[in-house]
Amino acid sequence: MTISRTARRILAALLGVGLTFIYLPLFVVITNSFNASKTFSWPPSHLTTEWWSKAAVNTGVREAIKWSLLAGASATVIALLLGTALAFAVSRYSFFGRETISLLVVLPISLPGIVTGIALNNAFTKQLGISTGLFTVIVGHATFCIVVVYNNAIARLNRMGTSLQEASMDLGANGMTTFRLITLPNLASALFAGGLLAFGLSFDEIVVTTFTAGPGIQTLPIWIYNNLFRPNQAPIVNVVAATLVVISIIPIYISQRLSQDTTSGGRF
Amino acid sequence: MLQKISNAMHKNSRLRLASLLAAPLLWLVVAYLGALTALFVTAFYTIDSFTGNVIQQFNLGNFQDVLTDIAYRNVVLRTLGIATLVTLICAVFAIPMAFYMAKLAKPKSQRVLVALVMTPLWASYLVKIYAWRTMIEPETGVIDWLLGPIGIHSPGFGGPAIIIGLSYLWLPYMILPIYAGFERLPNNLLDASGDLGARNWYTFRRVVLPIIFPSIVAGSMFTFSLSLGDYITAQILGGKLQMLGNVVYQNFSINLPFAATIAMIPVLIMGIYLWVVRRTGALASM
Repeated sequence: MTISRTARRILAALLGVGLTFIYLPLFVVITNSFNASKTFSWPPSHLTTEWWSKAAVNTGVREAIKWSLLAGASATVIALLLGTALAFAVSRYSFFGRETISLLVVLPISLPGIVTGIALNNAFTKQLGISTGLFTVIVGHATFCIVVVYNNAIARLNRMGTSLQEASMDLGANGMTTFRLITLPNLASALFAGGLLAFGLSFDEIVVTTFTAGPGIQTLPIWIYNNLFRPNQAPIVNVVAATLVVISIIPIYISQRLSQDTTSGGRF
Repeated sequence: MLQKISNAMHKNSRLRLASLLAAPLLWLVVAYLGALTALFVTAFYTIDSFTGNVIQQFNLGNFQDVLTDIAYRNVVLRTLGIATLVTLICAVFAIPMAFYMAKLAKPKSQRVLVALVMTPLWASYLVKIYAWRTMIEPETGVIDWLLGPIGIHSPGFGGPAIIIGLSYLWLPYMILPIYAGFERLPNNLLDASGDLGARNWYTFRRVVLPIIFPSIVAGSMFTFSLSLGDYITAQILGGKLQMLGNVVYQNFSINLPFAATIAMIPVLIMGIYLWVVRRTGALASM
């Protein structure tokens, strides 16, 4: 392309500045977890791994991880079931209101989290008389996770078409067998990508969780939030934060290995 | 006979459709839309100032308060201003980055660059804002340490810190759609413009920008709407400064009807924004 060398260099420099802007804070978080000083000071004068070993046995952190995994796994399972069913209905049938489904499904994630949060809290505690707890957290998370499964599943279903299924039926397989041997294997990687994304969304969520979790439940983000302004907890918070930065590479690595047509990388 | 079978098939297919739709629609329409409706109906109620209980009597008092009180008008304008600035900053950063990634980087480094931009999306939201606390912290923070020697000092906690934090959070959401937009832009279009004598800047303004505009709008859907409803960034980086979300958060436990009224504002603004965006046709490119 005809673009001058200077322009090319300027653009490369801008990209460098942008990536530095993106990664510098993450680098600071990781370094800070080794900071020997209990109060924050930059640059760290001494480095230590003491906080890492302390964090590993911290009961609050362990409890929080347990709640986060439990909520994330349950919400993901529900989102997989509901999102896939909805994608099948929309891609394989025509019915009244079909066009509005894609709008309906994206609503919980497009409205501000605080709106969804207080709406669910109000419905649970005031209208239905259910006290907040793990159940309400799972319901809240599943609500905004459905969309990512749905998006992945419907893209794959539309691309697959129905000819393979028809061929299978023509060859004598019944509906169940066709689903098990033809449809599901073709859909699997899209569902995996959607499930991964749903779990990631749930694991990171804080706003809806704030309003749906009772006092007894602290997911990991809630735990961080509650301990953020407690000076004596700062070193442990730093370690948890650093861990979360490091493990964010895993889903990216997995999604890079998956096929290209899944929307697995970004949270779109 | 044939008619019978066809009828049964038809019924069966309706039945299958119903079984697929029942659970998701029950969840999304009855539970979710039901909860939203219940919340927005509450906006027309009021509370008993002695007991703090919600009085279910239809009135427009909350809306009157919001529209007439200058303090709330300021919060609305401030939130809109922050969301707009964040969107602009993200676009200014994202356009050259996405252009280099899509058009100048070698195919091999392209994949790496996309992964580099995406990875922070998976890093915890809270951790990223927390990271900026350590960056912005006056005196002992990273900005003062890094840029202090050349005379640039941390803005401290407040409006600018909120804008930096939100821009940081949503930047990848702006880069990725613009990158996709550039990928669809044929190279020879740029060459043609160059051959016809246009300089780089002119080509950018008259050829590139109009074509990727829908992608920028698509990105702004994220940067703008996510900024509008945020309250945690303001809590952690904003000092005493409040955004709409903070007002909702504070009123939630003491005056739910009023919190519901305030919560309608970002939803309303997004509704208007979506309606405008639809007319630019940017939704199709998402």
